[in-house]
Amino acid sequence: MIDVINLRKTYGKLDVLKGITTSIKQGEKIAIIGPSGSGKSTFLRCLNRMEDPTSGSIIFNGQDITDRKVDINVHRRQMGMVFQHFNLFNNKTVIDNIMLAPVYLGLRDLRRLKWQNRIIKLRNLFRSERQPLQPINTSKAQIKAEARETALRLLKRIGLEDKADVYPSTLSGGQKQRIAIVRALAMNPKVMLFDEPTSALDPEMVGEVLDLIKQLADEGMTMVIVTHEMGFAREVATRVLFMNEGSILEDDTPERIFTNPKHPRTQEFLSKVL
Amino acid sequence: MGNFDKKLERFWEIFIEHDGYVRVLTGLYNTIYIAVAGLAIGILIGTLIAIIRVSPKYNRLSKLLDSLCVFYVGLFRGTPIVVQLLVAYYVMLPVIGVNMPALTVCVFVFGLNSAAYVSEIMRSGILSVDPGQMEAGRALGLNYRVTMLKVVVPQAVKNIVPTLGNEFITLIKETSVVSFVGAADLYVAFNYIGSNSYEFMVPYLVMALIYIALVAIAALIIRQLERSLRKSDRRH
Repeated sequence: MIDVINLRKTYGKLDVLKGITTSIKQGEKIAIIGPSGSGKSTFLRCLNRMEDPTSGSIIFNGQDITDRKVDINVHRRQMGMVFQHFNLFNNKTVIDNIMLAPVYLGLRDLRRLKWQNRIIKLRNLFRSERQPLQPINTSKAQIKAEARETALRLLKRIGLEDKADVYPSTLSGGQKQRIAIVRALAMNPKVMLFDEPTSALDPEMVGEVLDLIKQLADEGMTMVIVTHEMGFAREVATRVLFMNEGSILEDDTPERIFTNPKHPRTQEFLSKVL
Repeated sequence: MGNFDKKLERFWEIFIEHDGYVRVLTGLYNTIYIAVAGLAIGILIGTLIAIIRVSPKYNRLSKLLDSLCVFYVGLFRGTPIVVQLLVAYYVMLPVIGVNMPALTVCVFVFGLNSAAYVSEIMRSGILSVDPGQMEAGRALGLNYRVTMLKVVVPQAVKNIVPTLGNEFITLIKETSVVSFVGAADLYVAFNYIGSNSYEFMVPYLVMALIYIALVAIAALIIRQLERSLRKSDRRH
């Protein structure tokens, strides 16, 4: 689904990623672990080009999305991203947070379609053979209603439907992060990228967020998770990548990484965190 | 102070009988006109500069525009407004060969001057919004412009409005230098009354009170505006 080939990222003289090659298959749940500064987050953020890689390629949907000519926004819509600090839109209510992107994009596509039809109509005036108009089977109201329905269904799923019209500043960290997750889900992504989703949470709220991520995993969502929660990585991941100093040192099943790590650096890291 | 009654009497005489009040009203109108029109121009051009300065610099044109804006802001913040007025009126106009009333020149100079300050106010207002907000919008597949308009700018406005109000108050007070190029503001009016009554104490005192009243009214309007903005924060 995503093929990463020799991905490099440098900030000035600092090599953050030193040539990463891996591939992420449909349905895989990949946990990326490793010490701070090992490039885990940078790697994840390169996958949807929140960071521009210095060289290398990322093949998604059969296209190299590191190419600057590619409209990255189209691909980002299929890659949900969840941040450490939630990043809910502070000026929007919870439901507007979830509806913003689907409604905006839906309306924009509708607008484009209508314009194309207008141009076709205009051209038809001068044509002997009429070109058919493109069918429009939706409306502004319908797009909004559908987005609202989806948002409410997602909120119900996480048990926060009563918070729909509340502003994010009144929510707890765990609630914010669960809403951030369903906000990404509202776009129907093919893959979810989690950037340390529980690192900024109070300990008692970590569970509710991990439970939601686990549910998604069980439903077959492809996901890449940068995490410090080793227990969670072991339980949910189908594959674990151990990163150190900008490269992947070990890439194996959680079983083998956690019980029998091969590389001495992995052993050292795991002995400290477990 | 013993003959304060007498001074007041003389002031009143000029103020009423020699059409002093007409001049004061004209001066008051000009002061407000320059400040309001100046701020309007300042917001217009300042927004443009702020947009250029905060957008990502991906090509040569945007870099060039950016450095032009930096130069503009440096120029107008680096010279006193009196100097800008004098240069505009006595240097620029004759050089271009245009005839323009002093008041119009003042409006333009105050507009261009406040544009420099307004652009910085807006820039810092936008930069003070958590970059995570932009990232979240972009990660959902919205483009830079849409994320800016729907997410970042509405949050920045809350930071910008109070500071913009400050800029307006500063403008009101700074208009007191327009007499350098012969525009008739409050100072000119009261100076006229003073010269004709050979008595400056009361006219300048009244002038000070009018400025204080003006600023107080402006501050009141700004506070109302801020309050209505904060209300949208508290809606639950």
